Amino acid sequence: MSGARGIPLPHPTPLSRPHWDGCREGHLLVQRCGACRRHVFVPQPLCPTCQSADLAWVECSGTGSVYSFTVVHRPQRPEFDVPYVVAIVELDEGAFLLTNLVDCPPDAIEIGMRVEVTFRKMSEDITLPYFRPITSAA
Amino acid sequence: MPSALIAIDVEGHADQQPLRAPVDDEPGEEEAGGAPRRHVFHPSQGRDRAPRCATRKPHATTGPPVARNPLHDVAIVGAYHTRQARVLEGVREIDLILDTARGALAAAGLGWDQVDGLNLRGARSRLHSREAAHLFGGLPRWTGLGLGIEGVLEAAGAIATGQCHTVLIADAQAGEYVDRAATSPWTRPSSEFVECFGLYTAAEFALCAKRHMHLYGTRPESLAHVAATIRNHGALHPEAVHYGRQVTPGDVLASRLVAEPFHLLDCAINSEGGAGLVLTHASRVRDLDVTPVYLLGGALERLGMAYVAAPVWDHCGQVGRWAAEQAFAACGLSPADVDVCEFYDPFSFELIRQFEAYGFCGEGEGGDFVLGDRIEIGGEFPLVTCGGLMSFSHAGTAQLLQKVIHSVHQLQGRVPDALKVPGASVAMTSNGGSGALFTDVLLLGLDRA
Repeated sequence: MSGARGIPLPHPTPLSRPHWDGCREGHLLVQRCGACRRHVFVPQPLCPTCQSADLAWVECSGTGSVYSFTVVHRPQRPEFDVPYVVAIVELDEGAFLLTNLVDCPPDAIEIGMRVEVTFRKMSEDITLPYFRPITSAA
Repeated sequence: MPSALIAIDVEGHADQQPLRAPVDDEPGEEEAGGAPRRHVFHPSQGRDRAPRCATRKPHATTGPPVARNPLHDVAIVGAYHTRQARVLEGVREIDLILDTARGALAAAGLGWDQVDGLNLRGARSRLHSREAAHLFGGLPRWTGLGLGIEGVLEAAGAIATGQCHTVLIADAQAGEYVDRAATSPWTRPSSEFVECFGLYTAAEFALCAKRHMHLYGTRPESLAHVAATIRNHGALHPEAVHYGRQVTPGDVLASRLVAEPFHLLDCAINSEGGAGLVLTHASRVRDLDVTPVYLLGGALERLGMAYVAAPVWDHCGQVGRWAAEQAFAACGLSPADVDVCEFYDPFSFELIRQFEAYGFCGEGEGGDFVLGDRIEIGGEFPLVTCGGLMSFSHAGTAQLLQKVIHSVHQLQGRVPDALKVPGASVAMTSNGGSGALFTDVLLLGLDRA
């Protein structure tokens, strides 16, 4: 997705700040529950599975597979260039992220396709975690 | 107000607003055929559906005796919608709210002084019930805040527990949708984890549809068939915003893409209007000159916040199953007993999903289940018989109530002849959807459970 001009950017909260700081530094951070060991995303004050407050930020491999996707032709707002691809990526660690798929023609995308994170700096503070296909040469 | 309620809108699309799914669309031409009713065996019920007849029969309770449920002490005695339009030019929302309220009371044959509970709301004016009670001299003692089916069940609970005896619910929207450059502003999510990726309601629901298509091979033709059927019902309703605008499945598939697999005509429209209901205690029904419609069962099912994270099918794909089970258990009925399916119709796929989630067919079977004439007026499970959100109207939060109103009108026989389901005595209606992470279900009947 190339539409970087004026798209809405996140306003990190105290809860989400570690995730966005991680993206800025090139690391994909999610929470992990110390009690049930599940990875948790989006950031939560309690583990949504076991309600433990023992959540710590951990780095993910940055790889996963496409769980679902949609090629969007009518934009959320005019600042998004169409078409763009909104996808759910299931990280290898087990958490799900909503993201955009980039560096890939929309008609080449399939559910189950292996993808990896690719960070795009959008502002001094915000870098967004997009995903792209893992090429076999890599 | 549950924050899970979110707008779905394609002309625009949604955030902390209730469900909406609008799109502007182009008309198509085609006749909606009225095929003879079929009776099809349902593995999920394990028995044949009883043949229908034109004269209404009391519905049979098929299961074990049903425990007394206080919901059964409540009836809807008035249902009214104002004029609906894409834009109600020159209409002030407060006047529309008053029109809605007066209309609902008139439908029940009641006056203001006979109401002691109020849930009155304006989408744009932010008018709420306590404020409204003030405007009306503080007469109603009880006030409610719930939207759509949530508001109906809230009011029913108040009536059944003696907090009040008669509740007026009215909701209206006018003058809200003015920026048509992209999706409706109230359908845009504000969460930091989805907004920057261009998510909005149609895309959110599309992610669910796409996963279902991947898992079960559900075809775009099934989605288009649902959309065309619903739109062709609305085309026959003179009060529908899209009255006269018939479409074929081919027209749906040929309309412009919004968020794959959804084309423009797979999505709800965007419009303005009001919707009102009057509920009262069953003991008061005999004093009224109306056909009462009784609450048979209902439940809310919420999975938390929508539009803040990825809508994962494994998590949200079956939302509403539990609520439907509760509703059916409350009255001893099953899907085979449902005569009218006024399901929530923000996007074509959601109807397929609901037939599965509510147990009308097995998981993954919905795409084939909806084909043929099954969901037409003359079919086995007439679906969204007044055109719903895709054709009749999709206004503010009033559209959530609209589903209940259409159910009531259908059971009362107060719909155009071409849309009447002969002998209908049980209607099932819903609000919400997979992408919204909630589904509320309501069963209504002419016979008290």
